[in-house]
Amino acid sequence: MPALRVSGLEKSFRTPHGTVAVLNSVTFDVEKGEWLTCLGPSGCGKTTSLRVLAGLLEPDAGSVWLDGAHGSRLGRTAYLPQEDTLLPWRTALQNAMLSAEIDGRPLAAARAEAMGLFERFRLLGFEDVYPSQLSGGMRQRVELARTFLSHRELLLLDEPLGALDPQTRASLQEWLLAVWNEFRRTVVLVTHDVEEAVLLSDRLLLLTARPATVRETVSLALLPRPRRRADPGVVAERTRLLSLLAPEVAP
Amino acid sequence: MIGRILIPASFATLLLGVWELAVRSFGVPVYILPPPSRIAITFFTRFPMLARHGATTLGEIALGLTLAASFGFLLAIALHHSRSLERGLRPFIVASQMLPVFAIAPLLVVWLGYGVWPKVVVTALIGFFPVVVSELDGLRATSRETVDLLLSMGATRRQLLTKLLLPASLPSLFSGLKLAATLSVVGATIGEWVGARRGLGYLMLESNARLHIDLVFASILMLTLIGLLLFGALRIIERWALRWRDSAGGSASARRGGG
Repeated sequence: MPALRVSGLEKSFRTPHGTVAVLNSVTFDVEKGEWLTCLGPSGCGKTTSLRVLAGLLEPDAGSVWLDGAHGSRLGRTAYLPQEDTLLPWRTALQNAMLSAEIDGRPLAAARAEAMGLFERFRLLGFEDVYPSQLSGGMRQRVELARTFLSHRELLLLDEPLGALDPQTRASLQEWLLAVWNEFRRTVVLVTHDVEEAVLLSDRLLLLTARPATVRETVSLALLPRPRRRADPGVVAERTRLLSLLAPEVAP
Repeated sequence: MIGRILIPASFATLLLGVWELAVRSFGVPVYILPPPSRIAITFFTRFPMLARHGATTLGEIALGLTLAASFGFLLAIALHHSRSLERGLRPFIVASQMLPVFAIAPLLVVWLGYGVWPKVVVTALIGFFPVVVSELDGLRATSRETVDLLLSMGATRRQLLTKLLLPASLPSLFSGLKLAATLSVVGATIGEWVGARRGLGYLMLESNARLHIDLVFASILMLTLIGLLLFGALRIIERWALRWRDSAGGSASARRGGG
């Protein structure tokens, strides 16, 4: 049984200029412990699909099964929105513990667990610092710590590294990969960065421009891990994907 | 830092000096306009009486402001949660502000008597609107993404309110409260003008009728001090409640100060 099964998702939005179809019969499976990345041009409906998976948006048609179950998905996934969502009045540690508080888990245990993860996330010493005093890379790590601390099996990551400068981004990609190797969760990542997708994923879904539909599935299972961006296999795969995606990017 | 104190202080000294000099050199009678020195003497010699009336007024203000804050806060939350309630009530809330409170103050005396309540109600009516409007704005200021985040975590409506909407609305709420505090001094004074046996508003009216203009000014000074006291107290509570903002705000003002 796949950790996540998505079948025939359709979604359109009504705008002043008429109805815009965003998702067009999107279908895919994600196995437990697998890292799946949705790769597609900007504005193709990647965020919409993640919001549907998180249960925040009802699809017009199609269905989603989480661990074989069909009900409401609110509270069952760890969703990381694209925008900065740290709460400014909470310290880094309090932000990371938000999900535990909402679940009503014992706070002392949640605190100890968060402290452990802060060490692994290179955030030690910044527990009591407010987000406004943290650098962009650190804020992103706090958000990822919050996501990992949610005790949910499925992580939904919406361009988590999108707002960072290239250097921070590159170092965080490698770090994220190491963390994921250690904690092994099922991940659905959405990005338009081809190199990031090749570095991180077990499998790629190539989405078309709006309305998004799965154009092709690319397995990266044969690319050995740990991957570095200079590995010949990574470079070759990246080049192949870029040429494959090129016609979609052109206006 | 020195400039922030020194410049207003020297400006005030200059103004008082001109006033003193003008009154003395033109021989303006004390029952028209007393010099600042005379007002200061009256303020200190009559301080026990001023403090007694001030305590009455402060009590009315505190009670009225508490009422305005509690009702305004709760109504804002209710309006935020119910579209139809908001549509139904918003025009009346706005209209209540167009209504000159002066005009209904005499009616309140007829309905509630000469005691403390008409003053409290006038104060509450004046302070209510800024609290509702600013808290409502604050509740609306939360981004869709953070709401999505909490919903995806499985937050209940109550958790959404306590963990996200209320803390996010605090900065707005405090702006509203500070405005309400400033207005509440006016509210209590009006309430006392219409009918009272105690309070600084009453004292002003009495002294005015007897041409004790220095006491009128001393009462105004006392009212001003009460207003500043309230505002300062709110500032301290605000600093504490929004201490997470200090870091960012502090560096921003440091930058401004450096420029």
